[in-house]
Amino acid sequence: MSATTSPTPVSSIPGRAKDRATSEALGRSRARADAIVRVLCTGATVLGLFFLASILLTLLIRGAGGISLSVFTEVTRPPGSHGGLLNPIIGSLIQVFLATIVGTPIGMLVGTYLAEYAGESRFGQLVRFVSDVLLSAPSILIGLFVYQILVLPFGGFSGWAGIVALAIIVIPVVVRTTEDMLRLIPNTLREAVIGLGAPKWKMIVLVCWRAAVSGIITGILLAVARVAGETAPLLFTSLGNLNWSLNLSQPMSSLPITIYSYAGSPYEDWITLAWTGALIITLGVLGLNVLARSVLRARK
Amino acid sequence: MAQVAVPETLEVAPARPTTRKGSGTGDTIFAFLCRASAALVLVLLGAIIVELFLGGLPAFRAFGAAFISSTDWDPVQEIYGAGVPIYGTILTAILALLLAVPVAFGIAFFLTELAPEWMRGPVGTAIELLAAVPSIIFGMWGFFVIVPVMASTIQPAIIDTVGELPLIGSLFQGPPFGTGLFTAALILAIMVLPFIAATMRDVFLQVPGVYKESAYGLGSTRWEVMRKVVLPYTRVSVVGGIMLGLGRALGETMAVTFVIGNANRITPSLFGPGNTIASIVALEFGESGAGSLKLSALLALGFLLFVISFAVLALSRWLLRSRLKG
Amino acid sequence: MLVITRRLALTGLVAAAATPAALPALAQTAQITGAGASFPNPVYQRWGEGAKAAGIQLNYQSVGSGAGVNQIRNRTVDFGATDAPLTQQQLTEANLLQFPTVMGAVVPIVNIPGVETDQLRLTGEVLAEIYAGRITRWNDPRIVEMNSGVTLPNLAIAPVYRADASGTSFVFTSYLSAVSESWKNGAGAGTSVRWATGAGARGNEGVAGTVRNTRGGIGYVENAYATQNRLATVQLRNKAGQYVKPTMETFQAAATNANWNAPGMAASIIDQQGANSWPIVSPTFILLPTNPTDGAKTRAVMRFFDWAFTNGGNVARELEYVPLPQNVQAAVRSAWAGIRIDGQPAWPAR
Repeated sequence: MSATTSPTPVSSIPGRAKDRATSEALGRSRARADAIVRVLCTGATVLGLFFLASILLTLLIRGAGGISLSVFTEVTRPPGSHGGLLNPIIGSLIQVFLATIVGTPIGMLVGTYLAEYAGESRFGQLVRFVSDVLLSAPSILIGLFVYQILVLPFGGFSGWAGIVALAIIVIPVVVRTTEDMLRLIPNTLREAVIGLGAPKWKMIVLVCWRAAVSGIITGILLAVARVAGETAPLLFTSLGNLNWSLNLSQPMSSLPITIYSYAGSPYEDWITLAWTGALIITLGVLGLNVLARSVLRARK
Repeated sequence: MAQVAVPETLEVAPARPTTRKGSGTGDTIFAFLCRASAALVLVLLGAIIVELFLGGLPAFRAFGAAFISSTDWDPVQEIYGAGVPIYGTILTAILALLLAVPVAFGIAFFLTELAPEWMRGPVGTAIELLAAVPSIIFGMWGFFVIVPVMASTIQPAIIDTVGELPLIGSLFQGPPFGTGLFTAALILAIMVLPFIAATMRDVFLQVPGVYKESAYGLGSTRWEVMRKVVLPYTRVSVVGGIMLGLGRALGETMAVTFVIGNANRITPSLFGPGNTIASIVALEFGESGAGSLKLSALLALGFLLFVISFAVLALSRWLLRSRLKG
Repeated sequence: MLVITRRLALTGLVAAAATPAALPALAQTAQITGAGASFPNPVYQRWGEGAKAAGIQLNYQSVGSGAGVNQIRNRTVDFGATDAPLTQQQLTEANLLQFPTVMGAVVPIVNIPGVETDQLRLTGEVLAEIYAGRITRWNDPRIVEMNSGVTLPNLAIAPVYRADASGTSFVFTSYLSAVSESWKNGAGAGTSVRWATGAGARGNEGVAGTVRNTRGGIGYVENAYATQNRLATVQLRNKAGQYVKPTMETFQAAATNANWNAPGMAASIIDQQGANSWPIVSPTFILLPTNPTDGAKTRAVMRFFDWAFTNGGNVARELEYVPLPQNVQAAVRSAWAGIRIDGQPAWPAR
């Protein structure tokens, strides 16, 4: 890639003919460098797309064969007895849904605080930094933390503990998008509203949030997509449940945990179910992402 | 990221002016809610770090500062050192960046300058979708697809050729398990690729058109515009984006546990098995008794991981900030 | 579908009256939660399926023995499960009762071109030397010596072990410690040890997959895994000096000689006497609180294992685990009677 020539004109040129020859040679090598880089960059893109295609293809080949009605209607069963994934699917849906309900308002308020109140204050900068740390914090550590504060003192694994762990992961994602979106709103809009005598909170809720709604929804959808695939924070919080249970104070099943334990198991039907679960969860998450993007685009 | 639908909101804006009386309390309450939520986030992170530090304290006490550098990890003798996981964490993360950054740059360049207009949206979305694939899926894919290829083709070929060379040869020796540090770094590279590519694309798009146009006007090729105009203009933001990718690579857990090979020794070979902090916590936590030194050592490792990602993030913040000021 | 709607209706009811106290009154079905060892996981799952008819709903999660011990110590589950038995002192300190449930075998698997399943013969000492990195090639004289008639290639040995700390590793390293003095003084026995060589892989599936991928690979897995996937196993020399294949007969033969009078009923079946004994067989254990806060749950756990002892033998054999002998089952039941709930012996229930 470094085989490029500088475009600076060659100054010490004796004659016109030589001048042209030099510049043509120069032009050729510049064009060559450009062509090489173009090919490499196109190659890089193809490579990136190839990875995505390979993952999806692997999931389809190994997982699609296992898809049948019973996957969605039967609960998990011991090996060899044709179980399904009903309880992990429902468990994941419940936990992800409630975690989003819990985490989103907090995340939105923090994002609003950062965009509308904090300015460049020290506290604001600290919160922003800490929120970014949380964003990239290893999710297993968040799981360990929730185990210490919720599972141990309250004497048991529970769906609630899983929900709290996931909510902690939702918060910083929503914070980031909310703040970014609110910052895009022109100040003239705010001034207009305040000028009309509306209190600040109404300005924020009715005007700024409304204006930023598509971006915030995207953030929420991205957060949902992120937590839907999380395994590590659930390992020691909601633990998993083999039976049908909607009781949030009991251990609760989830798709990633089931995949994690089935994929390492000795049994053919469990391994197939793991791949089927992996296919379901990936399609779900990718679908959500596409949805998030189309929401954004529709708003544009 | 998005443009805001201003006209639509303006219809809402001229709402009836509320009475001043109610607005004062409303404002106070709302501001308090926002501030309280912000404080909650601070408290959360503080609590997580304190919890990990307190949990790891017995290990820090037992081994002192040597805990960080010691490469001993012997659960049977109850001797623990963080050296190997720290080494593995940093090595795989850096290796992942070395692999990912050129490719990510290529994708960003392609998406901003080379691709035809109709292609940019779908291809960009596809690359971003790669970021949305759950990490456990990357682990399974890595183990069942990448590892066999590494074991049967790539590693034997490299071991038989490069491995025979003096000096660098020792980096590529040992039995071709397919798993190990290099495979882990490869999976990590694919995982952080979309993050870095998306950040680069976004900052490349921020370059004012005038700059690029004047360069094109002088007859520059696209590559020259990229190298002489776009990259210098966006350099610091690009580094910031890379640092964010690094942060993610450092803390990645599930995908790594499938392919890292969990060996608590430093092997000179990149194909050798190793460990990262996140993977050792996930792999060993289930078998560490309450109150045991092992559990404490794992929590201490978790604390160290926080310290490392803190440092990385602070560095990337600092780089991005000087960009904003300059 | 009908089943589902019924189930939904029922659980809807349960969820509506979600306080744990309301549960026993609602139905005779007792929900018990256990966590721990992954080694017996398949058996417990199948037993749980069967015991539903007896009105017990089991939720067992194989999070690892260590986590199982932690959880029952913290009383976050109704019972813990562990492959590595606790000592009497540990049991007393944590107010726990320990009893065995079932026995299982660990088998070495290999990937050597041209070597069929159960063809290769190995001894414990050689296994220990391989995992210690002191025997590094398949045509090492010490291996060739005991394998007349088998052509062994000049190929590097690639040992594979469990990357995740696990009961399987505990059983395997216990065996290596039992047969090799240098292993005992070196790495020792544990759910994870300091491996001198080789690479780790996550779970049984991971070990099997890595051995399958690696020419010259050797690994160890739970027996069920080897049979399910037709992996190439080996013959091992037992204490009596005989080479035996990993089969139900040799596992059972090992189990007959166990001494169950150890504290905490922690019988060791590793490297047993008997001409036909497979050397790597081990029981797995359950931990129950001796001072239960929720007596009904503890009783339900006992009812569950009582049911499993009586009805679960065939299921265990089907999965190639060895059920406990009658007399040991009886000993376990009488140990239960030692737990007192509200001043009454916890067993027999009612």
